[in-house]
Amino acid sequence: MRMKETQKELKEITILFAGDSGDGMQLTGNEFANTNALFGNDLATFPNFPAEIRAPLGTVAGVSGFQMKFGSTEVFTPGDQADVMVAMNSAGLKSSLHNVRRDGLVIINTSGFDKKNLKLAKYESNPLEDDTLKNYRVFKMDITKLTQETLKDSGLARKDVERSKNMFVLGYLYWMFNRKMDGTIDFLTRKFSSKPEILKANLDVMKAGYHYGDTTETFTSRFEVKKADLPKGKYRSVMGNQATAMGLIAAAQKSGLQLFYGSYPITPASDILHELAKHKNFGVKTFQAEDEIAAITACIGASFGGALATTGSSGPGIALKGEALGLAVMLEIPLVVVNVQRGGPSTGLPTKTEQSDLMQALYGRNGEAQTVIVAPSTPKDAFAIAFEACRLAVEHMMPVMMLSDGYIANGSEPWAFPASADLPAITPKFADPSKYEDKEYLPYKRDENLVREWAIPGMPGLEHRVGGLEKEDLTGNVSYDPDNHEYMVKIRAAKIKKIEDDIPLQAIDQGPEKGKLLVLAWGSPYGAIKTAVRQLLAEGYVVSHAHIKYLNPFPKNLGEVLGNFEQVLIPEINDGQLDILIRNKFLIPSKRLCKIKGLPFTAGEIIEKVKEIY
Amino acid sequence: MSDTLTAKDFATDQDVRWCPGCGDYSILKQAQSVVAELGRKREEIVFISGIGCSSRFPYYMETYGMHSIHGRATSIASGLKAIRPELDVWIITGDGDSLSIGGNHLIHLLRRNFDVNILLFNNEIYGLTKGQYSPTSPIGTVTKSTPFGALDHAFNPSAVALGADCSFFARTLDRDPKHLKEILKRGNSHPGASLIEIYQNCNVFNDGAFFTFTDKATKSGSTLFVEQGQPMVFGAEREFGIKLDGFKPQVVNLNEGHSLDDLWIHDEHDYMKATLLSRMFDIPSEGGLPRPFGVFYSIERGTYEVALETQVQEATEALGKGDLDKLIAGNSTWEIK
Repeated sequence: MRMKETQKELKEITILFAGDSGDGMQLTGNEFANTNALFGNDLATFPNFPAEIRAPLGTVAGVSGFQMKFGSTEVFTPGDQADVMVAMNSAGLKSSLHNVRRDGLVIINTSGFDKKNLKLAKYESNPLEDDTLKNYRVFKMDITKLTQETLKDSGLARKDVERSKNMFVLGYLYWMFNRKMDGTIDFLTRKFSSKPEILKANLDVMKAGYHYGDTTETFTSRFEVKKADLPKGKYRSVMGNQATAMGLIAAAQKSGLQLFYGSYPITPASDILHELAKHKNFGVKTFQAEDEIAAITACIGASFGGALATTGSSGPGIALKGEALGLAVMLEIPLVVVNVQRGGPSTGLPTKTEQSDLMQALYGRNGEAQTVIVAPSTPKDAFAIAFEACRLAVEHMMPVMMLSDGYIANGSEPWAFPASADLPAITPKFADPSKYEDKEYLPYKRDENLVREWAIPGMPGLEHRVGGLEKEDLTGNVSYDPDNHEYMVKIRAAKIKKIEDDIPLQAIDQGPEKGKLLVLAWGSPYGAIKTAVRQLLAEGYVVSHAHIKYLNPFPKNLGEVLGNFEQVLIPEINDGQLDILIRNKFLIPSKRLCKIKGLPFTAGEIIEKVKEIY
Repeated sequence: MSDTLTAKDFATDQDVRWCPGCGDYSILKQAQSVVAELGRKREEIVFISGIGCSSRFPYYMETYGMHSIHGRATSIASGLKAIRPELDVWIITGDGDSLSIGGNHLIHLLRRNFDVNILLFNNEIYGLTKGQYSPTSPIGTVTKSTPFGALDHAFNPSAVALGADCSFFARTLDRDPKHLKEILKRGNSHPGASLIEIYQNCNVFNDGAFFTFTDKATKSGSTLFVEQGQPMVFGAEREFGIKLDGFKPQVVNLNEGHSLDDLWIHDEHDYMKATLLSRMFDIPSEGGLPRPFGVFYSIERGTYEVALETQVQEATEALGKGDLDKLIAGNSTWEIK
């Protein structure tokens, strides 16, 4: 007999998938996210996976996790604590159970809890039998066996059968959350178009998971998360690296320049290269260089030739690019460098997020060698910021560093994407050969914004030589003159300062314009702070949030904004780098909230700190 | 008009600042003369250098130019060529610049085969930093940084180039302007990466490194100028030849029972024979074979920039010209009304 089914309506749900890195947790998570996005929920995702491609099976080190929050309200983070967890094996449970709230639902794949798995996960007793799970609601099913049962007549190899067990989970969740399978059916049909038997197996298993939920008596409540009341418009789901790549392409189209992307594979930036390489039909030229230095110097060559030259890497690669970046500063040519930050120093934590390259971006070169620095705050924002980085680079003849991070790069969210017609035009400062008599062109002559003209090979009469040696003002000839050097150092700095007039003023994201406490931040902590400040305001705290996207130069009213608050709290995923800059520039006793665990902030951590200092 | 340009038209207003007597002057003069004869417009020519004495070269060429950073002229030129295949790009580099700090970029440029000319000024010393041994200095070289002699086995640039599957390698000398000019022209007309090693005398820090090959007394016996399709003959009276004994080149005397028909006929399209030439690297005065000069190897294979351009065109034909709005919207969208 079937028990009566109830529907439980929730505003938002945080769900956490944890399994072996071979269990397909990322695909399951992404598909579940896409389906919810298509349904109309707002959401944010957080993939968390090991650096090793095939970490030892069944161990905690090999766990691949995927957390997401979706809701009928606006969602800014993947959630602090999970309401629902799927543990595919013992190691998955062990690695992530502490992230599940008390009374949360834990769905267990029992076949991942045999003697061998328990031992690999270093469980001394079986958590399904002792009191490990006493504070949770537990639902057990033997997913492996159910999958095998579904495919017993498929003739597929055992390995292929096992591989599709994540589809059982996905089907089951679709039932549980009352979602249609259509989106995933389309996705699988595209993915396995050349492997019909694998496609059929995946579809069969997913449907079996759905029907299992529908027909078994074991579980009685389904969750109802209604559509979110998002602003009107057309939406898609987007990941940070993908948005970055599209921002670069859009900027190339809007500037009429050829896009060149020189890069060397590095986690977590490689997906930008992968994405761009797909779009050669936009005239995009991707170049997988022999090393990080070749990647950026090839860009310098491409920029010298008149392309929109862009490169991407992560901290260790940016360190290698330092000298070449200095050359670009000296040459005053457009160049965009995307740093998808990860945990450091050295190789650090390749797959974990951190914001610890701000000082490197600002000071990581020999000499007085500033670049413009911009930073996106969310995955979708990476589109606008990548576009803006290109605009500033091209219109101000200058290298621009974009500081993304692993959390933004791999996270996804719904995006009310813009129409190309609404993107601003980008105007390259090309020299006009017809305006010059032969040899009259002065490569380092500047306009009112201190920007020099871009004369590229092929322009007759404008032949000139540039290089890394100090330039004489106007002529660009090599100069060791002491006064000239000081002048040129100052003018390169002044040129950056001029950009203040070409970027928006600093706005308050939420909360009063003046008041007791300002939470000031940059980059990926945006969502956690947004959520925290929203809740604090609801609780009656007088607290505001300002999020800096332009880190060099700062918006020119930033000092004024800071002066409107009694206290300034700066949460960062580093040891206080923005705080140092703010204290240095504005001489205020700002307070820090630092987290350096390779993990993003939770809203709860921000709330706790605000309450502590309030 | 471009067809009336002379070597003078390629000189700049900058004072040339190499040491008096430096071999670089000769190379500059021949390069200016060659680009004038080639008839390309000045604006279509780009000289890119790294760091080192030779790397000041672009300042003295009235073309587009960049004096870049140490070892990276090759990768900068690769990026330029990738987006502007039509330009005539020359790379000026030295033994330290291209074989030490920039070794990686050199071999990758060669395997990719960008259509550029690389002039490798080899003086077997670091001149700009005032006299340390370089990767081409022989073992035992005494310099400021090796007062008891260099310990490193020296690089053989021709073997490095052939090992990286270059499509063109030639060796020439600063002190043989006629040969130098001829080789520069050959390199420039080669459709692909041309690596030209130029023995260049640093009269301040390594004077006479190549005198064996340039001094009247020793030159004829220690140098072998190879020419396509011609037997390998050398000597003051052209009395010696090189004969192949299997894979082993041997010196034979044409006056002592050997004829031209016995000799190795140079074939620059033959990779195996080019590697044999590259291995003729021992010092002739110490019992080695004569040092070969000329074009060792020259084959035509596709260039990177053309392949890249073709791929862009093919992708555009296959996928249609990129539509930005479609790209931004992606595969699945939904609307909130």
